[in-house]
Amino acid sequence: MEERKELKVNAIENGTVIDHIPTQSVFQVIHILNLQECENQILFGTGLESKKYGKKGIIKVSERFFAPKDVNKIALVAPTATLIEIKNYKVTVKKNVSIPNEVSTFVKCVNPNCITNHENVATKFKVLDKKKVKLQCLYCEKSTAQDNFTFI
Amino acid sequence: MKDRSLVSISDYTIEEQLNILNLAAEFEKNPRQKILESHVVASLFFEPSTRTRLSFESAAAQLSAKIVGFSEAGTSSVSKGESLKDTILTVSSYSDIIVMRHPREGSAKYAEEVAPVPIINAGDGAHQHPTQTLLDMYSIMKTQGKLDDLNIAFVGDLKYGRTVHSLVEALCQFNTTFHLVSPTELKLPSYVKQHIKDKKLTYHQYTEMNEVIPEVDILYMTRIQKERFSDPIEYERVKDAYILRLPMLENAKENMKVLHPLPRVNEIDEDVDNSPQAYYFQQAKNGVYVRMALLASILGVV
Repeated sequence: MEERKELKVNAIENGTVIDHIPTQSVFQVIHILNLQECENQILFGTGLESKKYGKKGIIKVSERFFAPKDVNKIALVAPTATLIEIKNYKVTVKKNVSIPNEVSTFVKCVNPNCITNHENVATKFKVLDKKKVKLQCLYCEKSTAQDNFTFI
Repeated sequence: MKDRSLVSISDYTIEEQLNILNLAAEFEKNPRQKILESHVVASLFFEPSTRTRLSFESAAAQLSAKIVGFSEAGTSSVSKGESLKDTILTVSSYSDIIVMRHPREGSAKYAEEVAPVPIINAGDGAHQHPTQTLLDMYSIMKTQGKLDDLNIAFVGDLKYGRTVHSLVEALCQFNTTFHLVSPTELKLPSYVKQHIKDKKLTYHQYTEMNEVIPEVDILYMTRIQKERFSDPIEYERVKDAYILRLPMLENAKENMKVLHPLPRVNEIDEDVDNSPQAYYFQQAKNGVYVRMALLASILGVV
C-alpha cells in the first residue's frame, strides 16, 4: 500500500509560507492580506496538528513575497505566526511576525461615535500594548482591545 | 504658532499654551483691534452650540475679521449628504481658518488632515474642547495669579464631563492638588485619574462638597444630568447635595472663585451670583479673549 504523504499541504517551489497561525485566525489572515483578490496559487489548511500549539493553520502563497509592514499586520490576530520565504524549494527567510507600532485601514474603531465609523476615513491606530494588543484610535483616542477587534 | 491647528490641548506645548494665555491678557486690555481685517474666519457648527459659536464669532468680529459659516448641519449642504471632507475642502477655499464643532469624536483631527487651512476644534463629540480648557486655565491664572500650587475642586458629574477631563489633564502640567466631589455613580474615570497619578500629584475624593469649600482656591461646578443615572431614585437622593448656595461660601478663602462652564441649570443658586466668589460670567467673557489670542496667533498676525 502506498505510504501516505507527510505533508497535508503541498510544498511550494517559490513563494511564502505563513505557518503556526492560530487555527481560528486563518480566514482573518487571508482577509487582512487581501488574498481573496490574489490570483496566484494559494494553499491553506486549518486544524492541522502542531507539536507546539496543538492545532494550527498554515497558508502557502506561490510566487508572492510580502512587504514586512503587510506581514506584521497579521501579528494582531496571529502573534505566533512564522513567516517562511521559499525559493527553489529552499527556505531563504524564516522569521516570526512582530506587532507594528501603528496599524491602519483594516481594524474598525470600537467607538460607535468615532468619525471613522461615519465618514469614508481609513482607520489609524497607535499600538498601546503589544502583549494584550490594545489599539488607540488616532482620531477619537478611544482604545480598542483585542476582544473587540472587527476587521474591515 | 502660525498655521498650527488646535485639535487637542496636547497639540500645544505648555509654553505655547502659556503664550496663548499671555496673549489673551493683552487682548483683554485692548480687545478692539483691526488686525484681522483682511481675513475670513469660517465658523462651521455641525451641531448647535450657541454659546461657543457666539464667543468665537465675537472674538473674530472684535478683531474685524469677516465670518462665514453655518450654525447647524440642517442649514448646510450636510443635509444633502455631503461628506465632511468635501465640506471642509470647499470651505477651505473660502476662508483662512476653520472653527469647527462636530458631533463625532475625531472629526476635528480628520478635518485637520484634509484641510489646507488651520482648524480650531470647537468641540468634537465627547472627545475634546480645547478652547474651553484654555479659557478655564486663563480664568484660574487671572484670579489666582498663577497656575502652580493650587487646590482645585471639581464638583458634580465628573464621569461624563468632557470639560472636567480636559481641564484635569491640563492642570496635571502644574503642581495641582485635586479635590473631586461627585456622587459615587459619577466619579472621575480611572483613565483620567491615571494622568494625576502619572505626575505623582495628589487627589482626594468626596461625596459632599461642604468640607471642601474652605480648602480650595477654585470650585469648578458642573451640571448633574438626570439621564446619567441608571436609577432615578438615586438621582432624586443626590441632586440637592450638589447645589451651591450662598451660605455655603461663608468659610471660603478670600481668593476662592467659583467657575462653571455654563449653561447652568440649578446647581448654583442665583443668590451666589452677587458674591465675590462668583466668577462664571467673567469666565465666559474670558473665552472671547482666549479665542482672539488663538485666531490672531494661528493666522500669524501677532
